[in-house]
Parts: sequence; structure tokens; C-alpha cells
Amino acid sequence: MAAPVLPRSTRTHPVPGPRLSAPVETPLEAPVEVEEPTDDTNVDVEKDEPWIVLVWNDPINLMSYVTFVLQKLFGYSLEKATELMLDVHQKGRAVVSTGSKEKAELDVFRLHEHGLWATMQQD
Amino acid sequence: MGFFDGFGRLAQVSPDGTVELRLGAAERELLANLVPQLRALLVDEAGDAESGPTDPMLTRLFPSAHPDDPEEDGAYRSLVHDDLLAARLSNLDVVEQTLQSSTLDPGQVGIWMRTVNELRLVLGTKLDVSEDDELVAVDDDRAPIYAAYAWLGVLLEELVRAASALPPAPTTHDL
Repeated sequence: MAAPVLPRSTRTHPVPGPRLSAPVETPLEAPVEVEEPTDDTNVDVEKDEPWIVLVWNDPINLMSYVTFVLQKLFGYSLEKATELMLDVHQKGRAVVSTGSKEKAELDVFRLHEHGLWATMQQD
Repeated sequence: MGFFDGFGRLAQVSPDGTVELRLGAAERELLANLVPQLRALLVDEAGDAESGPTDPMLTRLFPSAHPDDPEEDGAYRSLVHDDLLAARLSNLDVVEQTLQSSTLDPGQVGIWMRTVNELRLVLGTKLDVSEDDELVAVDDDRAPIYAAYAWLGVLLEELVRAASALPPAPTTHDL
């Protein structure tokens, strides 16, 4: 991409607002499987609900935008969406939805459509 | 309303439920410069369902859904690639058509947000933006791009702020 034309406006803003910038080890690497504690011996994994949708931390997306998208796409309250965004920010990722493979695929697609970095995996 | 209400804002909700877009000519010119470049990049480099994007700058716009499973990932890409590309191109058209507008309706605000975010994803990828703010020296070759990237962040913050102040939308499908 060629160098953009710069605004000559006197309305200058030195830095953007807060960003998703938690010091996560390898934020742009492929997600890593996490070992869950194995004391849940009586858990029957439902065939229909085995997928989780994850949103990953990245240094570009704005915290406010991520919170807004989570509210709009999943109907979360501001508090819940903010909590999930902060998990992404501080822990590197958060589970934002669960469900059938088809539902997870649709959710990932909607997140990708909005520029968020989302993946899905079987829980 | 007090004298300073909305002072310095780039986007401000109006009583009629639209958003007033307070951009100067040079700011609109920046967007008018960037939007066709993103369109050209998408048309030329978005690749196809099998290969994904051919230009690394587009990686974040067509991310992997199953990074550990190439087969599943290929299936996901073939399912969504064309729709993702079409949606992005359509959004660019809307932004271009409303580039000189003084107000945006709520749907247009959502489209602007997505598009401004996409420009940031592409520029941020090109700049290889890292976790911490790194200030770029003014004589650095990347300074003009960094300035645009930073300003787009301000614009996006303003659009999110305005959109959050809008009355709730009847559906949650679109922003």
C-alpha cells in the first residue's frame, strides 16, 4: 500500500485510545491446547454442544471496539462484554460462545466479519 | 446542551438518532485515499477459498478458524471466504458513498466502524505493531503510515463512543 495522504487538520490526536495490549507470550501464534483438570469424571460431553469459540488478544484491535462487538453480536451486557474483553486483554483469550459446530462456525464468521481474531475448537 | 458538549468530537449522536460526522476535508481526503487502496488489495490479493489471502497484510482479515486442523480450516474457508470478501467490498462502497456526508444513520455507523477497523488491521499488520506503544520518529519512513494508523484509532474510538450512545437497534445482527 502506498503511503497515505496525511490529514493537515489542526485537530491532531497524538495517540489512539487504549488498546488490547496485554503482555501475552505468543499472541500471534496458533492457539495451544490447554489441559483441563481431569477430576470431572462424571461429565458427559453432549454431542450437540462440544464447540467453544475463542477470541484472541492482538495488539491492533481497540478495547472499546472489542467490547462493543461482543455486546452487539451476542447480546451481552456492557459488564459481561467488558469482562470478556479484559480476559482477552489480560489472559490472552476468552471463550465468547459455545454450542454446536454450526453455531460456532457462524459465530466465528460474524467475529471475523467484524475483524476480531476468533477460532473454534472442541472443548 | 452546554457550550462545550461535543466539543472536539469527530462523531456525535444527534437527537434524531443519527450520528453527526465532524470530519475536516483533509481527514475525509485521508479516507478517500485509503479506501480504494484497501479495495484494490482485497480484489487483487484476497486469494480464493483454498489458498486464503496471498498478501500477508490481509492475514487478519481472513483469519484461520481452525489453526491446528488444516482440513477443517480449509472447509471453513471455502464456506466463508466469498461472503467475507463480498461483505468487505460492499462496506467499502458504503463508506465511499458517504465520505462527504455530514450525518450517518446507525447502519452506516456500523459499516464505518468495521471498515475503519479493517484499515487499522491492514496498516497495523504492515507496521508490525507490537504490544506496547512504540513512537515512530518523524523522519522514520513509516511515520506517515503510523500517523494514519493512530488517527484511524481515534476515529474508531469516536465512532464506538457514538454508536454506544445510540438507542438499541431492533436486531443484533448488524452493528
